[in-house]
Formats: sequence, structure tokens, C-alpha cells
Amino acid sequence: MNRYPLWKYLIVLAAVLIGALYALPNLFGESPAVQVAGAKATVKVDQDTLVHAEQILKQADIPSTASSLEMNGPVGTLRFRFDSTDTQLKAKDELEKALNADPKNPNYTVALNLMSASPNWLTALGANPMYLGLDLRGGVHFLLQVDMKGALTGRYDSMSGEARSALRDAKIKFDDVERNQMSVRATFATEEARDAASNALRRAIPELVFSPARAGDQWLLDGKLSDTATTQVESNALKQNIQTLHNRINELGVAEPVIQQQGADRIVVELPGVQDIAKAKEILGRTATLEIHMVDDSPSAMAALSQGKVPFGLVQYKDTDGRPLLLRRQVILTGENLQDAQPGRDQQTQEPTVNLTLDSKGARIFRDVTRDNIGKRMAIVLIENGKGQVVTAPVIRSEIPGGHVQISGAMTAQESADVSLLLRAGALAAPMRIIEERTIGPSLGAANIRQGFDSTLYGFTAIAIFIILYYHLFGLFSTLGLSFNVLLVVAILSMLQATLTLPGIAAMALTLGMAIDANVLINERIREELREGYSPQQAIHLGFERAWTTIFDSNLTSLIVGVALLAFGTGPVRGFAVVHVIGLLTSMFTSVVGVRALANLYYGRKRKLKAISIGTVWHPNKQQN
Amino acid sequence: MEFFRIHKTIPFMRPALALNIISLITFLLAVFFIATRGFHLSIEFTGGTVMEMHYEQSAPVDDIRSAVDALGYRDFQVQNFGTSKDVMIRLPVRAGEDTAAQSQTVLKELQKAHPEVRLQRVEFVGPQVGQELLHNALKALAFCVIGILLYLAVRFEWKLAASCAIANLHDVVIILGFFSFFQWEFSLSVLAGVLAVLGYSVNESVVVMDRIRENFRKQRKAPVRDIIDAAITQNISRTIITHGSTQMMVLSMFFFGGPTLHNFSLALTIGIWFGIYSSVFVAAALSMWMGIKREDLVKHVKKDGPEVELG
Repeated sequence: MNRYPLWKYLIVLAAVLIGALYALPNLFGESPAVQVAGAKATVKVDQDTLVHAEQILKQADIPSTASSLEMNGPVGTLRFRFDSTDTQLKAKDELEKALNADPKNPNYTVALNLMSASPNWLTALGANPMYLGLDLRGGVHFLLQVDMKGALTGRYDSMSGEARSALRDAKIKFDDVERNQMSVRATFATEEARDAASNALRRAIPELVFSPARAGDQWLLDGKLSDTATTQVESNALKQNIQTLHNRINELGVAEPVIQQQGADRIVVELPGVQDIAKAKEILGRTATLEIHMVDDSPSAMAALSQGKVPFGLVQYKDTDGRPLLLRRQVILTGENLQDAQPGRDQQTQEPTVNLTLDSKGARIFRDVTRDNIGKRMAIVLIENGKGQVVTAPVIRSEIPGGHVQISGAMTAQESADVSLLLRAGALAAPMRIIEERTIGPSLGAANIRQGFDSTLYGFTAIAIFIILYYHLFGLFSTLGLSFNVLLVVAILSMLQATLTLPGIAAMALTLGMAIDANVLINERIREELREGYSPQQAIHLGFERAWTTIFDSNLTSLIVGVALLAFGTGPVRGFAVVHVIGLLTSMFTSVVGVRALANLYYGRKRKLKAISIGTVWHPNKQQN
Repeated sequence: MEFFRIHKTIPFMRPALALNIISLITFLLAVFFIATRGFHLSIEFTGGTVMEMHYEQSAPVDDIRSAVDALGYRDFQVQNFGTSKDVMIRLPVRAGEDTAAQSQTVLKELQKAHPEVRLQRVEFVGPQVGQELLHNALKALAFCVIGILLYLAVRFEWKLAASCAIANLHDVVIILGFFSFFQWEFSLSVLAGVLAVLGYSVNESVVVMDRIRENFRKQRKAPVRDIIDAAITQNISRTIITHGSTQMMVLSMFFFGGPTLHNFSLALTIGIWFGIYSSVFVAAALSMWMGIKREDLVKHVKKDGPEVELG
């Protein structure tokens, strides 16, 4: 009765082997590596870059033990592993020299990093070590809240510009088109004009829902974004912010950054190994947005400026040299329409330039504005933490179609590089602020790993010694079952690449402490059946069979808790819950199927089994031992 | 080796009344302390900044206090943490301040006096996030309680289910009462510990209840009290060994796991012992007071247990 069919043994064996295989990379630790990422949004890191970089290393005669290309969306990262820190440093210098022709304006960031030292065949199988959380490896964690109201305001601002040019195209007379709170409000003198405008605008801007209204002798049209369009704006804003963060962080040269959406309006940024928090915060916290306004250079405005007054409808900003400028309040374009900004040189004059690329909507508006305003100046304003500064205010020489804008003029190459960096960094679709921050020093991370590991090891050893003393061979089976459980948990965590945190280690320890329950239940039950006078074979069989319902029950209640923690927990609680749930599931398998397999293998074939090694079975009536 | 050589059934239910009165008093005291003292919530819930600093020599706590005070903070805490060289500073959320910059400002101020001071850990939680965490924590607690109640209702007849539920809520409230009375810091990991204990102590009660049900089936003539006593006696060895093993693991975390796991393992320890106590003396006793009968259980058993046929 205590024999498993072959396939059951094979399943257990397969679980052990696969578990061992995927848990294996965790034993190898990490070795020095160099990481290459694009420093600019336009620089692509792909298979070609990998081949190129490998050639560079080969020419310099620096042997790398492994190389990899990892794509995170459009952003690629190269990694090269070396056997010592000396070669790592040499390789870094060599790659930096060869990849970046101009060190002042680097195309690539080359950074030192650590990489799993597991052999290539393991990595090829997809077996990677567990992903350690920041509390174990040190680094910075930020939770950023995206100000969606800001994104919508910006969208309404640029839409009122669109509405204005649509009305002009349709030759409909209007008094004014402005953003009014969270809507675009167009004002007309007559009802006919408004109704005509309503049709024209509906066609030109389908995402706005217009409703007519009346105030005094003015006829109004209020345009609001439909619900789906609002969601669209919000998700676009979030995506653009994530992309911008990617670019900014690549400029920092951080190894393995994590930039992820959390919920509808939040972004998690994790920078392992970064210790310069001030710098990281400065880069992330820059709540810069871009706006393009027309400059008012009319004599009346100049007169007002010299008297220090700001006429109605205008706004005063200073340029980078501190000179004041008066701009029209209307926003022509925002950073949302700016796709890229790069320094360059004019084809003919070889003057330094800043080259902007606009999206299609931005290109259309830009064409209209430049056509109507030749000879006037427009200003690009960078708004950081609520304060605006004019980055550049070029004169419009001609109509600019196609969305490719070249800003040239009295600029040095350095200035053009600075301006384009500012413009690119400013391309946040909505302001963000840090609402949660966690920084863990590297020594604290190492201490956390050690303490977590030690406490689990000591606890496990104590349980193992006790259980073997108490249940003899069956105790040994239980201990092997528990070790099998640890192996499976580690393997599954490695496979899922779930983040292991200190609470996760605690959950592993606790799950072990609780998994012993199943073994105790089984062993006590077997003893009891022996006491009742069953033969050893029957006792083993009944013990496992009868304990199973109880084991299932007791794990089920813990699973309910685990699922609740998974569903509602964030941060440390989630890390705990993931390991807890995985551990409960594997412990049921290992204690019921795994330990049974061991017992069957050992005792199953012995037909005339007289006694089993499960410690003393004490019979109250016979008074033996 | 066998620890428990029990000749006769132990009359566990004899002191049940006295113990239940003590339980009731403890429970009410816990509720009283929670209501009057509240919890020493960690900044994860309240919002604010925690900084851990490491000094080369033993940390000048008083100097740090006056330096932080000079920055205009009220209601902050500075205390040693682990060793005399490590200090933990807790700063409250201050309205209208760029909270994200708090830690930098304080670090700069402290580095004026001791340039060698090192920032080990910073945790900043905005007030809004704190509120959300608190709400999620309450939701998780509600989900667990409802889930476990449903499970018990399906699994057992209502008298056993109700007594299990009361016993386990009693455990949770008493753990919370401990944290409230001693004003130990209540953090997210403590919450995880409390909920884990809830699952764990329910499972202890389930094991006892299972046995009671089985004994009702086997011993047809025995009085209810004897059946309950026998069930607990048969289980006591398993109970002590299991919980002893879990406790070894938890103690190991308590002593070697470092400060993060300290309160977590504390919550587990209280939970484990009260879990045992309540499954024996609260859950079983309550079902006895409720007048559990053989008829309540036996028909239920036949439907449900995949009992093994002996041959």
C-alpha cells in the first residue's frame, strides 16, 4: 500500500531537479561588469552596438566572460562581465574612449556594475538569481505622484490654441478662445457664429465635447474632453513622463534602474546602488515643463517694460542673462508636443544650432503661428517648480512647415548643447512630486541579507535537530522535505524574478516554521495509528491519509491571509505576501507528496516490516520504555 | 523520545469558566487600551521622515536633538538604535514644506558638527500615501476576517464556527492591545505578522475542532465535556511540538533578524501563545457553553470527510 507508481517518483524527482537548476544561479554570487546605455534619447543601443562593443574589447585584448543585450521597451542596455575588477576598469576606460568620440558630449554612458556570475548555459536556460530588493542591496526608491490636473490644464491650453487656428481656418469670427478652468471656452458675438463654430470645432477637434451656453450678450461654447479622451491624456502623460525619466536616469548612468507605473497616476523609480540621493532627487524632482509663447516687442509693451509694468494679457519672464521679456499669456505649444531637442550645426553657416522635432499636431500649429508672425520673436519658457525662465527667444524668419525646427543665432556649441538638454529634460507632460522615498545604504543592505539569512539558518537548524531527535528517521524525512521546500521557494522566486526583500526572507523563515506543522501532524498521526495497534505499513498509510485533510484546512486559512496581503499590501507587505503564498503552496506539496515519496521509497518494499523509526511510540497500557 | 506520556484524559475544561472570565477581562482591557492610548504608528502610516545615521564614535544624541530643534522641528524623536553609534531620527510631516528635502536639510545640519556622519537609511512617506496604507491595512484585515468566517461557516457547523471566530478575534485584539499598551511601534511588517498569526491561530482551532468532531463520531455515549477533553488531550503533543518549532524559528528572527524583524517576531510570539491558549480554552470552551451536541456534528461529517476505509 505504501508504493508510489513510477510516475509519482518521477514527478518528485523532476521537481527536485528543476528546483535545483533554477535555484543554482543564486549560489554563484556576482562578478564585476560594465554596462553601456544610450545617453541620449536618439542613440539606439541594439544588436549592432553589441557587436561593435565586442569588437572594441577584442581589439583591446580584454576578455569578457559574458555579454548580454537587454531591451527595456525601446531602451537597450549592454552588459559585459569580467573576471576581475582590474579588467573591468580597463574595459570601462576602453569602451568609454571608443564609443564616445567627444567626451564632453557623450553618446553612451558607460558604468560599472555587478552581474550574476552564474555560467552562461544557466543564463541561456533563463535561470537567473533572485532579484534582490533595495533593502537588501542598497539604493534609492522613489514613488512619484504625477499631477494629472497639470497634464489636463496643459492639454486644454494647447487645445485652445488648436481651436483658435481651426476657427481662423474656417473664417469664423470669434471674440476670444481661452482655457476656462477645465474647459476650452470660445466666445462669440452672434448666435449664428457660435453655431457655425460648433460644427467646425466638432470636426477639427473630435476629442472635445462642446456645449453651448450664454452669458449676457455673449454666446459661449464650452469644450470639455470626453471621459475616454481624458483617460487618454492621462495615460499619455504618464507614458511620456516615464520615458523622460528613462532618459534622465540614463544620463545618470545607473545600473539596472526600475521605472514603472503604479496605479493610475504614480511612477515607481528604483535606483540600486545610487548613494548620491541629492543628485538623484534633483534630477527626478525637476518639475520642469515647457511652454512656447509669442514675445510682445511692440513699442507700448517696451514702454511698459521700462516702467516695470506688466500690461493685461501679458506676462513677464526673464531670460538666461536676467533680462526681462514680455510674453503673451497664450500658450502656443507645450512640452507635450516636443518630441526631441538635439544640438547640431547649420548646414551652410556651420553655426551651432538647436534642432527641435515636433509631433504632428505641434507641427501644424507651429506652421500656422510662424506663417502669421514672420519677423516677430517667440520664446521657449522652461517652468521649473512654478518659476518660469526663457531658455531662448529666436526671431521667426520664415514659415516653418514639417515640424523640424532649427534654432540658430549667437550661440556657442556649449550653449546649444545646454539648451537642448534643458529642452529635452523639460519634456515632462505633467509635473510630478516625490510622495515616498526610501534610501538604504549598501552596508545596511548587506547587514540585512546577513541577518535575514542567519536567522533563517539558525531557526532551521534548531528545528532540524529537534525533529530528528524526536522522530528519528521520519524526522530526517521531514527535514529533507523542509529543505526541498526551501529549494522550491528559491527556485520559484528566481523563475518569477519576483523581488526578494527582508520581509520576504522573514516570510520564508515563518513558512518553514509553519510547514513543520504538516510533518508533525503526519508523524503524530502515524504514532497514534501504531498505538492503536495497526501494522507499521498500515500506520504509515493511514497517518498520511488522515493528516491530509487537516493539513489542507490549516494551509487554506493561511492562504486566505496571504491572498489578502497580496491584494491590499504594498511595499514590504507585498514582499512578505508573495513569499508566504509561494511557500504555503510548495510546503503542501513537499510535506505530503515529497516526504511520502521518501517514506515509500524506504519502507514501501519491505513486506514484513516489524517496526519503523519514528521515535518512541509510547503505549499507555503496556508501560514499555 | 516522547514528551507527552499522558495516562488519562486531562480535564482541560475544568478551569474553563475561570479562564474565560480572565480572557474576557484581558480582551476588554485590550480594547480599552486601544481606545484610549491608540497605537504608536510607524511613519508608513502617519507620513513623515525616518533617518538612520551612523557615527564613527558613539552618537551625540543631545547635540543631534538641539541641531534638529534649531531647524524648527517640534514633536520629533531622536533615539539610539541597535548600537550607541547608530541613531534614528523621526521627523513629522510639516505643512507647506518640501518634505522630500527634509532629510537633506537635516543631514547637512548634522554634518556641520560631525562631517563623518553617514546616512544609512532614509524613509519618507507623504501624508497621502500614509492614509492610503492605513486604509489598505484595514481592508486587508476585513478581507481576512470575512474570508476566514466564510471558510469556517462552510467547514463547520455554526456553533463551532462561531466559537472559532470569537477565539481568533480575541487573539488579534489582544496582540493589538499589547502593542497599544507598551506603545511598541506598529509598522506594516507588524501588520503582516498580526494577519499571519490570524491565519495560524485559526488553523490551530481548526485542528482542535476537527478532533472534537471525530470524537463525537467515535465515542457515541461519552458526555460532551469528556469528548472535548479527549480531543484536546490527543492533540496536545502535536500542538506543543508544532508551536515549539515555529517559536524556535520566530525566536531566531527575534534575536538574529535585526531591528526590522524585531517587532514582527514579537507580534508572532504573542500570537503563537495566545493562539494555543485560545484554541484550547476559548474556542473549545465556547462551543461547550453554546451547547454543542453530537447531533450537530455527526451528519455533517459523513458528507464531508474523505475518510479512509480500513482494510
